[in-house]
Amino acid sequence: MTKMKDILISENLSVGYGTNRKNQPIVILKDVNLNLREGELACLMGPNGIGKSTLIRTLAGLQSPLGGTVLLHGLAVHKQSRHERARQISVVLTDRVNAGNLNVYELIALGRYPFTNWIMKLDEADNQAISKAIEVTALSHILHQKLYQLSDGQLQKTMIARALAQDGKVMILDEPTAHLDLNNRVEIMRLLRNLAHNHGKSILIATHELDLALQLADKLILLLPGGKMVEGIPEDLVLNGQLDETFQMKGYNLKTGKAEFIPEKSVKVAVKAEGYTYLWTKNALERNGYEVVDVQGNFDVLINTFGNDTMPVWKVLSNESENSFHTLKDLIDYLNRL
Amino acid sequence: MKSLNVVSVTILLLFSAALLFLADLALGSVHIPFRHLLLLLVGGDSGNEIWANIFYHFRLPRAIAAIMVGAALGISGLQMQTLFKNPLAGPFVLGISSGASLGVALLVLASFSFGGMLIGAGLNKWMVVLAACIGAIIVFMIVLALSFRVRESMSLLIIGIMVASITGAAVGALQFFSNAQQIQIFLIWTLGSLGGLTWSTHQVFIPVVLTGISIAFVMFKPLNALLLGENYAQSLGINIKRSRILIIISTSMLAGAVTAFCGPIAFIGLAVPHITRLVINTSDHKKLLPAVAGMGVILMLICDILSQIPGREEVLPINIVTSLVGAPVVIWIIMRKKVVKNAFS
Repeated sequence: MTKMKDILISENLSVGYGTNRKNQPIVILKDVNLNLREGELACLMGPNGIGKSTLIRTLAGLQSPLGGTVLLHGLAVHKQSRHERARQISVVLTDRVNAGNLNVYELIALGRYPFTNWIMKLDEADNQAISKAIEVTALSHILHQKLYQLSDGQLQKTMIARALAQDGKVMILDEPTAHLDLNNRVEIMRLLRNLAHNHGKSILIATHELDLALQLADKLILLLPGGKMVEGIPEDLVLNGQLDETFQMKGYNLKTGKAEFIPEKSVKVAVKAEGYTYLWTKNALERNGYEVVDVQGNFDVLINTFGNDTMPVWKVLSNESENSFHTLKDLIDYLNRL
Repeated sequence: MKSLNVVSVTILLLFSAALLFLADLALGSVHIPFRHLLLLLVGGDSGNEIWANIFYHFRLPRAIAAIMVGAALGISGLQMQTLFKNPLAGPFVLGISSGASLGVALLVLASFSFGGMLIGAGLNKWMVVLAACIGAIIVFMIVLALSFRVRESMSLLIIGIMVASITGAAVGALQFFSNAQQIQIFLIWTLGSLGGLTWSTHQVFIPVVLTGISIAFVMFKPLNALLLGENYAQSLGINIKRSRILIIISTSMLAGAVTAFCGPIAFIGLAVPHITRLVINTSDHKKLLPAVAGMGVILMLICDILSQIPGREEVLPINIVTSLVGAPVVIWIIMRKKVVKNAFS
């Protein structure tokens, strides 16, 4: 990519709900200025209830802005016809799809609606777009399964394939990994990243997956409590503390990426170990309220380790005896009894 | 369940419908030999004035009415189920029929109090039709207007039931102040009848039903998009408001015409889409709409055949047959297969 082209831009956008009565419209977010570049995966993040879904719906043209504009290739999204807009922006929403009787192929083919006539005849270009969407999402083995037979992960991939078949430049997704297990969450995020980087899509995701967003997103767009908006690459936002400000982390250290434990027991434990053994021994001890200290300093208990990472043995020297343990569970149980 | 392919389903539906159509024409209190029946059907002369009379003026318009009513109710029920994403939806639930009932009740029951000239002069069929149409349209418009505000199909369903109970109360009040003769006329109307349709009423009934069905067929792309919900449909470039209004117009024409000419025929509109999904197991309206029409025709012809009481002049009111025969069938289907759950989850 030689030149990073802006694809979707919002200018002084206010989003919310207008009311038909004489009441003031309800403004949820205002002065939103963001941009989405070509081939970029951006994650929109913020606490629950801050207005992510409303913003996403407005950016996608599903609801009108209260003020400001959304520009797609320099043209106002809300002034385009439904038809033109549908050819350029596709969405994956959190709405339940009440069509269990459709099969995977039929659902993906629905993505071609903006391109077909009233009898929905698929032409060469339509079939190509559908095949490509199926190939990229690796769904070819379940094409004839009904939606009610799919797992949550498969269903979400099918919805993404449908959005892909719509073949717009921009894809907007609202919490695409909600309710999925870790494997599926990673798979979906990697799929979206692949679509952005290798297939030229500009993708905006509203998500709560902080850990995945930090590792996979090209850009984070943060909605801070109070309506402030911050944009940047993930690492910058971690280091300058703006992510902390957004989520007001309690007991989670963003810079280390781990939960913080307050030592409940006044027992200092030193561990002689290396690699993963050290990492997970420390984790187990801290989680159980022990303070892990350096072997060079003062400590109450010293734990030695032998063996390798897959089969470690822990040894604890105390006044009278030496005890060996083959699992951390036994080690912790022993320490708790001391 | 393995779904049958399109060709075999089409042939099966057409064949069954044709067979039932002939059976419906053949059965009745007067026996017409089958050879003569076929002769009459192709416009030949059976050589028997009475047979020809019965055939042309009673059985044929009645069988055609069954076909039209079946297709109309099936298609309007399917459209409502898709629009409101609710397996319980149907023209009957959402107030069209109760609106029509109120219209007819006002005509039959209230008119007497203002002079009684209507009944005295023999209740005009066209006035009943007009009253039913007006009642149906007004009530459905109210339900529709409320539906724009609630946006939730479940709430709308409750609203529909409430509207039905309001109109029911109004009808009850009218009955309270009416005499036995009026009440009987009204009651017979509510039991439904295919016999009221003659060639003269067909001239209005058939074009209205065909127009309603045509609108539904033109709408199958938005109907398919609506399976994904309104947000997705909108993101596909579908004009939600226009589609919703067209679907409602089509449904009003179909269910309204049927109720106006035949009375509030229960059950068919709700059940036919479910039965059809059991046979072809799809949500694609391109296949579902014609199949639902075919299944509606078949079911209605069966009900009409069953309404003939052997050896007697009278026929059972059609509503009694549709509910008595149909409801257990639907319960059986639902118990046997998870058709409803699969299609709506």
